[in-house]
Amino acid sequence: MNETPLTRNINPEKGPTDLIAYEANGGYQAVRQSIGKVDPKEVLNTIKESNLRGRGGAGFPTGMKWSFVPDASDSGHRYLVANADEMEPGTFKDRLLMEFDPHQLVEGMILSAYTISADTGYIFIRHEYHAAIKRLREAIQTAEDNNYLGKNIQGSEFSFKLHVHVSAGRYICGEETALLNSLEGKRAIPRAKPPFPQVSGLWGRPTIVNNVETLCNIPHILANGADWFKSLGLGDDAGTKLYGASGRVNKPGCWELPIGTTGREIIEQHAGGMINGYKLRGFLPGGASTDFLIDEHLDLPMDYDSIMKAGSRMGTGTMIILDDKTCPVGMVANLEKFFARESCGFCTPCREGLPWVKELLDAIEAGEGQPGDIETLQRQAQFIGAIGNTHCAHAPGAIEPLTSGLKYFRDDFEAHIKDKKCRYTQEPGQ
Amino acid sequence: MNVAKSNLISALSEGETAEIEAEITHLPDRKSAAIDALKIVQRHRGWISDESLSAIARLLGVSNAELDGIATFYNLIYRQPVGEQVVLFCDSVSCWIMDGDKMCAAVKARLDIDYGETTADNKYTLLPVTCLGACDHAPVMMVGDTLHSDLTTDKVDEVFK
Amino acid sequence: MTVIQVDGQEYEVESGANLLEALLSAGLDVPYFCWHPAMGSVGACRQCAVVQYANEEDTQGRIIMSCMTPVTDNARFSVATESATGFRESVIENLMLNHPHDCPVCEEGGECHLQDMTVMVGHHDRRYTGKKRTHKNQYLGPLIGHEMNRCITCYRCVRFYQDYAGGSDLSAFSSRDRVYFGRAEDGVLENEFAGNLVDVCPTGVFTDKTLSKHYTRKWDLQSAPTICVGCAQGCNTYTSERYGEVRRVNNRFQKDVNGYFLCDRGRFGAGFVNSSKRIKQAGIRGEDGLYQAVSLVDAIARIRDMIAGSQHVVGIGSARASLESNQALKNLVGEDNYCNGMADIEREMHSVIVDVLKSDIATPGMREVEDYDAILVLGEDITNHAPRLALSVRQATRNRASEMAAETRLALWQDAAVRELAQNSLSPLMIATPTEDRLDDVATLSTRLSPADIARLGFAIADRLRGNPQSGSDAFKATVDAVTQMLTDAKKPLIISGTSTSNPDILRSAANVAAALKESNKDTGVCLCASECNSIGVALLDNQNSLPALLASSPDTVIVLENDLISAMTTALQQQLASIKNLVVLDHLDNATASMSSLILPAATFAEAEGTYVNSEGRAQRSLAVFSPGHLGAASQIDASYHLLDAIAEKTRTSSEVRAEMVAQSPHLEKVISAAPSEDFSVHGSKVARMSHRASGRTAMLADVSVHEPQQPIDADSAMSFSMEGVQQQAPASLRAFTWSPEWNSNQSILKFQETVAGRDRFGESGALLLDKSQPAMVYDSTVQHTGGLIPQHHIFGSEELTCHAEELASLMPQLYIKMNSHAAKQLGVTTTDGLAYQAEAQTLEFQVVIEESIPDDCLVYPLIPQTRCLTGLTDAPLARIDNWEPPAAPVAAQLITTDRAN
Ligand SMILES: Cc1cc2nc3c(=O)[nH]c(=O)nc-3n(C[C@H](O)[C@H](O)[C@H](O)COP(=O)(O)O)c2cc1C
Ligand code: SF4
Ligand code: FES
Repeated sequence: MNETPLTRNINPEKGPTDLIAYEANGGYQAVRQSIGKVDPKEVLNTIKESNLRGRGGAGFPTGMKWSFVPDASDSGHRYLVANADEMEPGTFKDRLLMEFDPHQLVEGMILSAYTISADTGYIFIRHEYHAAIKRLREAIQTAEDNNYLGKNIQGSEFSFKLHVHVSAGRYICGEETALLNSLEGKRAIPRAKPPFPQVSGLWGRPTIVNNVETLCNIPHILANGADWFKSLGLGDDAGTKLYGASGRVNKPGCWELPIGTTGREIIEQHAGGMINGYKLRGFLPGGASTDFLIDEHLDLPMDYDSIMKAGSRMGTGTMIILDDKTCPVGMVANLEKFFARESCGFCTPCREGLPWVKELLDAIEAGEGQPGDIETLQRQAQFIGAIGNTHCAHAPGAIEPLTSGLKYFRDDFEAHIKDKKCRYTQEPGQ
Repeated sequence: MNVAKSNLISALSEGETAEIEAEITHLPDRKSAAIDALKIVQRHRGWISDESLSAIARLLGVSNAELDGIATFYNLIYRQPVGEQVVLFCDSVSCWIMDGDKMCAAVKARLDIDYGETTADNKYTLLPVTCLGACDHAPVMMVGDTLHSDLTTDKVDEVFK
Repeated sequence: MTVIQVDGQEYEVESGANLLEALLSAGLDVPYFCWHPAMGSVGACRQCAVVQYANEEDTQGRIIMSCMTPVTDNARFSVATESATGFRESVIENLMLNHPHDCPVCEEGGECHLQDMTVMVGHHDRRYTGKKRTHKNQYLGPLIGHEMNRCITCYRCVRFYQDYAGGSDLSAFSSRDRVYFGRAEDGVLENEFAGNLVDVCPTGVFTDKTLSKHYTRKWDLQSAPTICVGCAQGCNTYTSERYGEVRRVNNRFQKDVNGYFLCDRGRFGAGFVNSSKRIKQAGIRGEDGLYQAVSLVDAIARIRDMIAGSQHVVGIGSARASLESNQALKNLVGEDNYCNGMADIEREMHSVIVDVLKSDIATPGMREVEDYDAILVLGEDITNHAPRLALSVRQATRNRASEMAAETRLALWQDAAVRELAQNSLSPLMIATPTEDRLDDVATLSTRLSPADIARLGFAIADRLRGNPQSGSDAFKATVDAVTQMLTDAKKPLIISGTSTSNPDILRSAANVAAALKESNKDTGVCLCASECNSIGVALLDNQNSLPALLASSPDTVIVLENDLISAMTTALQQQLASIKNLVVLDHLDNATASMSSLILPAATFAEAEGTYVNSEGRAQRSLAVFSPGHLGAASQIDASYHLLDAIAEKTRTSSEVRAEMVAQSPHLEKVISAAPSEDFSVHGSKVARMSHRASGRTAMLADVSVHEPQQPIDADSAMSFSMEGVQQQAPASLRAFTWSPEWNSNQSILKFQETVAGRDRFGESGALLLDKSQPAMVYDSTVQHTGGLIPQHHIFGSEELTCHAEELASLMPQLYIKMNSHAAKQLGVTTTDGLAYQAEAQTLEFQVVIEESIPDDCLVYPLIPQTRCLTGLTDAPLARIDNWEPPAAPVAAQLITTDRAN
């Protein structure tokens, strides 16, 4: 049996884990052992050694990210933010962690804040996660009552105040700098980088933004050590990962597995394989903003570098499966509609370019595509899609399913234009 | 001038004002509470009218234009009246694969409204929403605060009966 | 300096700059939209993309935004490589998806930055066939038009309006491809600098409505470099004309003065030139009190007769007339019989300003004001009295942000990032004024005091700086301590004051603070704002003779130059003037003084005559005639006052001859000559053109009169021609009538005239600082002499005599009010439902009572507008209560008779 530190307390049937249950299973042990007792620099080293990489999509090494926070040279605030916006289509992992084991995130945040000397934390959570919001607020209150949060935590010099901020919508809020603007009560327009949030983040102060899953790993790494964490992964990456699968599989869901588990194992073993009568046509390995992969990639370990090498990104690790009876053009059109709608409207390629892409795709799907449309799509994809062409990573992410869709399913696009109709005579997926 | 000001402030209830002030206590300045304030007032009133907007703007010391610029950015701040419950229908990819469009059509037919509209009895307003994070139970929608998953036409009928 | 490689060529560029700035400074054409030289970079439009190579081996490179990329030594870039040009073309193509393509009916057409960039990137084939989205437009007031469909979402408007100018009623709304820039609802834009939206918007979203109503394409406008007559700051403008009418004013970049921005008084105020109140003919008042139009020759002859028959001729000059006109008057009547037309209190105030300008304390221009890191404002309503300076003060409060950025090693052009880092941290700005101030939002300390108390505060700070013992209440001492601390903590402290409260004590106290501070910090600066566009000029020309004294010297002929004395006079003086036998008036607009004259001459405005004006920092600047009023077939009588006065003296001189005489008599004005080249200047034998080569042609110039190419008048006073003939680009800045450069038809073309972006002019700066600043600073007696609480409140629209006659500005003038706190109201026995009446000899003024608690006790504040000029200098006025007062239906207009009634 694999170790499942992140989900060991989670049993949706039983409901959320309360403080007693959480503590009974080793919870807050890391806080009691570390806060005020271990030098934050040492904690940082452990995280660095653990090789934990960010679970929010980009896979940036967490320890390294934290190390960019300048030494506390002034008395101003420093912030830690949990990115609980989870709006990437196809992604449903952070909700699980927050709804059923809220203390795990709280503990992760306390330890992270201690490491970077943050005095205030925010959990930026999407509006629709009502249960998670409620349970997190309760957990924070309980943690405060038990001196895990608040002033002089566990009798140490360290104080940390934690707040839940509920978003008012918009996918772009998940982009970490747009998130910061939103937390400041402004329009969620991403910021230019540099300066990075570590130096000038929330209200211009040093700030770390991490994904919920990333933060939830921290207590376990500190409790069990970096080597233990590294040993959990199957390949180069360390730890476990919440993988998921949605689409026409028998048992769509989310599972904690050693990082580096193959796509095939996830789909065939954990998701119970494709529903009878459906074949796998392709998949987005980690949410809407990753490139399509196809069955030949199924045996690759789902880790950051392997998937990158295959031309996609592991992203959030939650796979979206395209079956053989669902129109790839329609799927790409659905994705681009989403991305065009969620553009913040700041930079030209994304604001203007994506709606045009969406219109072209809708037309092609409706049998109204024109010769040359594919070339226009490709040109637009090149224009919008390269990192650096736009102000933030929204647009490049948006273009990933389009370029890869054109690569793997080009026949379908051409047939739509030639036959002036969608050849998936059935409604999607039937 | 002073009279006008007090009128506008009183457009917010004491409860609303107190909730907003409580948010401000853990923020470095008043204007940072803009989104919280909009959400608080919306929770009480369903939507943000021009009067509410002005009242909040004054309370926070920002201009109407600035606050409305923020309000109109976010899709869950309603600057028009909505029904008693907002139906957020997930139109993202996993739900789409799992027949989301069909279920959405069923909702529209059942309520006899399109996206952006409110039912004649003012019970429901239907809006599309980005992935609700329940893709393993697609298609899904949220009615008020309740998530309805694994939608079928029967379930849709059941929810809106 | 830093060396970079661009397309294989090496360029030496300024270290710390961003690449876009560096490339533009190097003369390369790189398209851009969202970047602005005064506002820095945010990276929104993505138009300025170039390719950067990692090293010599890298042949692929990657797209970067030049505006967001710092230059580093030996970095390698390409502007011309295909991936860069292709990307830039795609940016335009995508920006244009929803653009209405309405160039033929768009006012920006022909000077549109978007057009220029579209041509520059070579985008010409439209591939998008979808529907365009449409926006609703808003009514933004009488000055600025709104056509949102032309928007390319560069965010420059809100960045200027909110971030740069501190406005709050214009915002970005919504998101994705629906972003909208406008107000929360229809209504007049509130910010005093809103007009700059017309300039900063790279397309035709925000347009100049005062131009729209008599629109002409840029290329068919005839323009000249002019100096704004709206206040004493001396902003450089281009004024443009067609068919004998002023059509618009826009900004003329002058690095040390106004830079890229103007205030709305300056931009929209020149309409007075076209006013129906213009005096266009000479007139003699007959027995019946009506004016008879006469020929100029007859009028001049008549004046000569008057002079010949007089024992004592007096000339009253004007702070709104040019130095040349004042000099010609002085020459005509003799030095002892000339005064500069200022009331005694004005003279007193301006002599303090002149003393300070001559002293060795720095008296910075508006650009340099931005460098000061602590500012104390004593009594001056900067925004309404010296508006453009307020914009500089606002920027100066960001020096704290610059320091923080430097600590974080963040480049200042990283505009959004620097603002984010700094949050609400501001450099200290301390404002002591009687009423709420538009700069209060960026002030660290704002205090409301009566003018006398402001002077006391100033004197006390000066004392405190010198370590003298303090007196006064604890609160007063605390303020003195706080201000003193901030000033002494600063690297570069600045004191600002001015004449807006008509209180010389305040100016003296400001001078004393500066002098005291200077002893410990030689980087101390002081800015004293003068009253009118040439107050400093005429104060330097003559400051000896007192106006009341001259009037009391029993003259039988008085010649008044461009000065509405009557409106600003007390009843006693008015009577004195009325009793004078021969009152000769030269002016542009009908006014109370003109209506009292025996003979009137039509004086050219700044738009029709060359002249030199000296601004508050002692900078002499030449304003050139935009058009010759005589060139429309029927000969016009309108002429420069100095020509008219010379004619009386039987002289024919060019402006430079008048100046030569002036300098001979007043050697301290010597540098006036070098403010701009004179009429004998030429470039390769050519004059400088007032129209561009893009003009529709000579047949179009006077198309309303004739298409037969009538002979253009010759401008004997300047080196400029009234046509498109002559040089354009090589002209020195002081003779440049417009900016245009191949491929750069918009106002952005200014960069082609700058040595580096926002830097020195490649063809020579315009204007000259007059004073050599060698005198030690004066220390004034700190007795407060002027008390009394009747205080004029300046209004950007209404408080300047000429510009308030521009039709659109007149509509934005305030109604008559009188503001006080409730304590004062109680003492006067009035409430907000009441009115107050001021009864003078000839007229009654009725004010609405407004209660404003921040106004100090014993202060009554009234708006300074034409009707209330007679209150200036009064410290107290008898006011009678009017019960249940109702505002008059329409604003009270002065009752004047027209003077150009021929028969
Ligand atoms: C458009 C966009 C949306 C994003 N949404 C999320 C999100 O919902 N949740 C999240 O954790 N990260 C999201 N990210 C990634 C964050 O910007 C950021 O990289 C992440 O929160 C960092 O956390 P990590 O280092 O722990 O992975 C998004 C990025 C982009 C460009
Ligand atoms: S890429 Fe899109 S979401 Fe990101 S800044 Fe540009 S417009 Fe906004
Ligand atoms: S000018 Fe560089 S992105 Fe706009």
